[in-house]
Amino acid sequence: MSIIAQIEKEQMRYDVPDFRSGDTVSVHIRIIEGTKERVQIFKGVVIKRKKGTMDASFTVRKVSHGVGVEKCFALHNPRLEKIEVDSRGKVRRSRLYYLRGLRGKAARIKERGII
Amino acid sequence: MPKTMGIMGKKVGMTRIYSENGSAIPVTAIEAGPCVVLQRKTVANDGYDAIQVGFAGKNEARLNRPAAGHVKPAGKGGFYHIKEFRVENLDQYEVGQEIMIGDLFKVGDLVDVSGVSKGRGFQGVIKRHGFGGGKKTHGSMFHRAPGSIGCSATPSKVVKGKKMPGRMGNDLVTKKNVIIVDVRSEDNVLLVKGCVPGAKQGLLRIFTK
Repeated sequence: MSIIAQIEKEQMRYDVPDFRSGDTVSVHIRIIEGTKERVQIFKGVVIKRKKGTMDASFTVRKVSHGVGVEKCFALHNPRLEKIEVDSRGKVRRSRLYYLRGLRGKAARIKERGII
Repeated sequence: MPKTMGIMGKKVGMTRIYSENGSAIPVTAIEAGPCVVLQRKTVANDGYDAIQVGFAGKNEARLNRPAAGHVKPAGKGGFYHIKEFRVENLDQYEVGQEIMIGDLFKVGDLVDVSGVSKGRGFQGVIKRHGFGGGKKTHGSMFHRAPGSIGCSATPSKVVKGKKMPGRMGNDLVTKKNVIIVDVRSEDNVLLVKGCVPGAKQGLLRIFTK
């Protein structure tokens, strides 16, 4: 195994649940404020998953007070306490950028039965 | 000439490491050492104190007779790369001694990293020297050219050192005060923060401060 692959393998985390674009997830982020540490939850729809080893990332979108908010997370970041899959969505593409142009009822995603 | 010990290494590539508080640090992996002391140069004999070390083992059958004779006292085979380091205490080193990264570096140390930068070929002044260039549109007719390179009858020549187009890269570049993020002695791998000069597989020298 190459040295880079070995270093990356040591850094990767293997407790990430299986989820894909369209799923609604709650991301528990550890936030350090001064000396205190607390957990913030960011809940929304996964609109993008970028593949890779250490470079893998995913983007979560939610609408907060009528404003769309997107947050991109590195999948293997140790600051993510956990990722909870709340529901699985049925979508027909892997990048759900079209949700950005939709509001309210139109932006709903049909639920997918758990396989 | 500064008296600094160092080690030779090969650039492996870049990746990222998460620190204890969870922030990502960009790192370059360098496969460094072991380096074998081949010769001790002394003031009496050579006019300066230095050790000559070899890095990256080479099959002895590939050495010519003079090279084979030179590495024979060390008894550790041949080497692809042989360089000198001007050390302070010559007595610490003896011919045939192996220098490992664990002996020289620890996490958090600052080091200087030298390597030969990637060759860019013949480049213009904008890329090579950071000239501003002209407007692209509005009929400017002056885009990426160097512009005027001097005066007229006085001095009736172009001043020496004028920044002009030419070969870029392929120079010896030293990056100073690079932080060591990790020392992996078992695989002879150093992780340093940020980038270092040169291409992957390129030879690097890492100097202690």
